[in-house]
Amino acid sequence: MINRKLVIIGGGSAGMAAAIKAYELGERDILIIEKNAYLGGILNQCIHNGFGLHEFKEELTGPEFMTRFSKKVDELGISYALESNVLSISDDKVVTYSNAKDGLVEVKAEAIILTTGCYERNAGAIQIPGDRPSGIYTAGQAQLFANCYGYLVGKRVFILGSGDIGLIMARRMTLEGAKVLGVAELMPYSAGLNRNIVQCLKDYDIPLYLSHTVKKVIGESHLEKVVIAKVDEKMNFIEGTEQIFNCDCLLLSVGLLPNVDLFNKLPLSMSKTRGAKVNQAMETEIPGIFSAGNVLHVHDLVDYVVEEAREAAVGAISYLNGELKHEGHVYDVNPGVGINYVVPQKVFLDDVKDNLSFKFRVAKPMKDINILITEGNNIIKKIFKPAIVPSEMEIVHVSKDLFKRESNEIKVYVEEKK
Amino acid sequence: MFDVTVIGAGIVGSLIARKLSSYQLSVAVIEKEPDVGNVTTMANSAIVHSGYDPVPGTLKAELNVLGNKMMDQVCDELDVEMKRIGSLTVALYDEQLPLLEDLAKRSAQNGVPVQILSAEETLKLEPNLSKEVKGSLFAPTAGIVNPFTLSVHAIENAVDNGVKLFLEEKVVLINKNDDFYNIICESGNTYQTKIIINAAGIYSDEIHKMVEPIDYFLTPRKGEYFILDHYCDDLVKHTIFPLPSEKGKGILVTPSIGGTFLVGPSAEAMASKDDVSTDKFTLDEIKRQALMLVPSIPFNQVIRTFAGSRPTPNTHDFIIRYAKCDDHFITLSGIESPGLASSPAIAEYVVNEFVSRVIKLIPNPNFNPRVKARPHLKEMSVEERNKFIAENPDYGKIICNCEKVSLGEILFEMNTSVPPKTIKAVKKRTRAGFGKCQGGFCQPLVTKIISEKFNIPLNEVMFQKRGSFVVRYDIKGEKK
Repeated sequence: MINRKLVIIGGGSAGMAAAIKAYELGERDILIIEKNAYLGGILNQCIHNGFGLHEFKEELTGPEFMTRFSKKVDELGISYALESNVLSISDDKVVTYSNAKDGLVEVKAEAIILTTGCYERNAGAIQIPGDRPSGIYTAGQAQLFANCYGYLVGKRVFILGSGDIGLIMARRMTLEGAKVLGVAELMPYSAGLNRNIVQCLKDYDIPLYLSHTVKKVIGESHLEKVVIAKVDEKMNFIEGTEQIFNCDCLLLSVGLLPNVDLFNKLPLSMSKTRGAKVNQAMETEIPGIFSAGNVLHVHDLVDYVVEEAREAAVGAISYLNGELKHEGHVYDVNPGVGINYVVPQKVFLDDVKDNLSFKFRVAKPMKDINILITEGNNIIKKIFKPAIVPSEMEIVHVSKDLFKRESNEIKVYVEEKK
Repeated sequence: MFDVTVIGAGIVGSLIARKLSSYQLSVAVIEKEPDVGNVTTMANSAIVHSGYDPVPGTLKAELNVLGNKMMDQVCDELDVEMKRIGSLTVALYDEQLPLLEDLAKRSAQNGVPVQILSAEETLKLEPNLSKEVKGSLFAPTAGIVNPFTLSVHAIENAVDNGVKLFLEEKVVLINKNDDFYNIICESGNTYQTKIIINAAGIYSDEIHKMVEPIDYFLTPRKGEYFILDHYCDDLVKHTIFPLPSEKGKGILVTPSIGGTFLVGPSAEAMASKDDVSTDKFTLDEIKRQALMLVPSIPFNQVIRTFAGSRPTPNTHDFIIRYAKCDDHFITLSGIESPGLASSPAIAEYVVNEFVSRVIKLIPNPNFNPRVKARPHLKEMSVEERNKFIAENPDYGKIICNCEKVSLGEILFEMNTSVPPKTIKAVKKRTRAGFGKCQGGFCQPLVTKIISEKFNIPLNEVMFQKRGSFVVRYDIKGEKK
């Protein structure tokens, strides 16, 4: 058994940002455990640009963005184990990982930050109706094959779901000579960022079918056709709206889910994000175990992922220094009308230094709204927004001084102007 | 010239081939699919039924009960995971209670130990069952098994003992000569054999028709299922059945041997044998019925849906007999549920009662009933596992994150006598790709491993069948 102060599981953007921040705060005994042969996680396959506008005030590709972090990790001499797969975390914080060189390694950690990112909802998860041919991929799989392996998964492409990776892949495959026949989106609005709708679909005349989904996939061995149809407000197919597309590949961009596998055997409750419930320090219900980035809730921008990872690092260092007391005035944080989820789910007010931030997504696109944050019956913050969409994560910062300690519930909700 | 040729390498054909390999015979197995156990064997409830349900006196009842008893030894010899978790057949209405009594009587006639439990006793065993439960029939000998490795290891053991396996050979014509058959395949290859055993499952009627007109018919009955992830801990600990009807055993909820949960199957008569598509309407109905049994099933944990097709005969019993025209053609048809549970007994029955009467069976002195033992990493202590990894570092490198499958385990399979050469074949043997990401992360790696191991270009690695490409176009190559 090896002892480590801070173990970070997952060496993607969140893991590296957390490690660097912890180092900057004075911690030297840090180990990052990464399953791939390189740091950077999924950004390695995201060769398009658009990363880093907030973090570096410039537009970088995924590999460029992550390299700035991995260089820093190396400069600081933070240790990491590559090609190392964590098999389990015990509730007394023993992290067991496996690799070819060292075999099974047990690390007793004082604090853990889980930054294992997310995975894509796939054909199984969405219970895709019809045959079981090959030729159906998640957008990220197609991206990996194209950008890291040099192979195109198809030449006539249909895309289900307007998530950002799907939109990015619509453009990517078009540029490689494939014909993208269309994108179907179940909801009446896009799930992706507006800039991607414009730059990846409109610029290439790729049609977007809103309120449409796949009714059937057809193909004996490889995909031959997809049938899409329009859905009503209750998501039921509308007869007679079927359209058939002859295609050799269907890409799915139907959402991402936190990769919380390693938490599943621990006595932790999950939130509506399907990540673990955390407090203001990004700490889970087990003191000293933290979670940040897409494993906590799926972010729209990596810039916000690294920001959150730093919050978790600050939390972990505070924990190691005995500064997280988990005492005093406590709030449950709940999403109200118009909001899908809020992170964090709990606030120990006395453990907050200056500011609190609430991250959330709205349930549907809205115009001219107020975001309200309340403590019991008191409105403690009200922000006007001319427009708000579910594809963008919202962050609201609230000063600690605004809380009155009169209630034990904080609510975040949206007020629509009639 | 082979002494015996088995057509079909499903679970039944594979176990028959293995049994035949214990005698001094030259045996061939011909399979139309690119892998063994690829049709009905691959898509079913994976249950070792106890045998309380089949009508007493039928072949089904006899072979089910016997097969269930044989399963421990077979699974031990073939290194297959099996657990006797027991089953509960649940009555939800007072009117159903007499049916439990009927089933208990039937069990006694079939020689299956069962016990009728009260509502309280039932809920004590399974707290997540509907509170409406009125009582249940507990069958402790029911079990769950890994049907994928059972069929693969059976055929591998047969091949290790001298059987020749021919994959991707679809039989199109059978000619009888004076004292042997010519089996002609779509590929143009012809196999000569003295005896044919037709174990072609859902296609067994068509194979049989190649030698004579038949007096039964098979209806493909499709069953759709949900698979739920591991993390619904303690959802149910036994296989939970509703009361059976003429349509079958109904929608069950059961743990699988891999730790996931199965909910299904539907039972829909199909026009096409190849139709294993799923549809929302049927799945919604399964969901509705399953929730009546177990109201807390977390359907947000579904990792996949699938369908399998079972060959339902109009005779309501397994059909195992000689062709009317010739005792050198042995046919097995209508092996629907409980075919998996019965399979070891079916193999013995076919060889002892049919093959032995037409050819002399001399024991094969070199027969080894045991398959090459698999490394069971998950069952090892840290020390054992480290020793293992030190000898072969590939066992330390994890390829499938969800199911924690190592490179070593995948390569082990690739070095057996029936190696997996498709993504699906790797998945069936190792569980790589079985988890919640459904190969999202590991499929590219597995594709690469297959490509490197068998020296096939990446864009010629198949997902399952011929033509089921994983990656199709070489970007760099096309630009030239």
